[in-house]
Amino acid sequence: MAVVKINVVGETCPVPLVEARKALRKASPGDIIEITGTHPASKKEIPMAVEALGLELVEVKEEGDSWKIKIKR
Amino acid sequence: MDESNNKATIIVHSGDMDKIYSALILGNGALSMGMEASLYFTFWGLQRLQKDGLEKGPLSKMHFLGLGKWMIKRRMKAANVASLERLIQDYKELGGKIIACEMTMEIMGVKKEDMRQELIDEYGAVGTYIKEARESQITLFI
Repeated sequence: MAVVKINVVGETCPVPLVEARKALRKASPGDIIEITGTHPASKKEIPMAVEALGLELVEVKEEGDSWKIKIKR
Repeated sequence: MDESNNKATIIVHSGDMDKIYSALILGNGALSMGMEASLYFTFWGLQRLQKDGLEKGPLSKMHFLGLGKWMIKRRMKAANVASLERLIQDYKELGGKIIACEMTMEIMGVKKEDMRQELIDEYGAVGTYIKEARESQITLFI
């Protein structure tokens, strides 16, 4: 079980969502994907995608201007 | 959700830069949210699939002989917006499908060798689009 870290700080629509999806496709079941970014809408939309994909949203954390989202594949 | 119609099908009729952005962002968004996606390139949109054609479209409004486009591109760069090339590569990586309209190729005198064949999954006509669209939950004309 691996932890895959994705950094999309400073990236805007649709890059954070797309990079999250790319990482999830490459991951193996059980892996944790940890995405760090600053794009405000993606903080809401990545969890929406996680739900649509039927995966598990582990954590959404805000740290100042940035956010960190953890997803279990 | 019913898997059989979990799909977005978009006709890319316009070759305008801003509308190609809309089409590719929507396609990538659909794929990212777990849907399938098909982009059907026809008429002016098809020109963007020609070699070196992707970034060549004018702005749909306020192009001003290229000055408007230059200004918008500068603003997009400042906002860190991805290039069309990156978006189309992401779209393909996520399994998005690209269909090129054969009739447009004939009308415009475009040959397969003139096209970026590595991006194109299928060369089709209206039947291909309808077949894809009837099994789609989202269909758009851009």
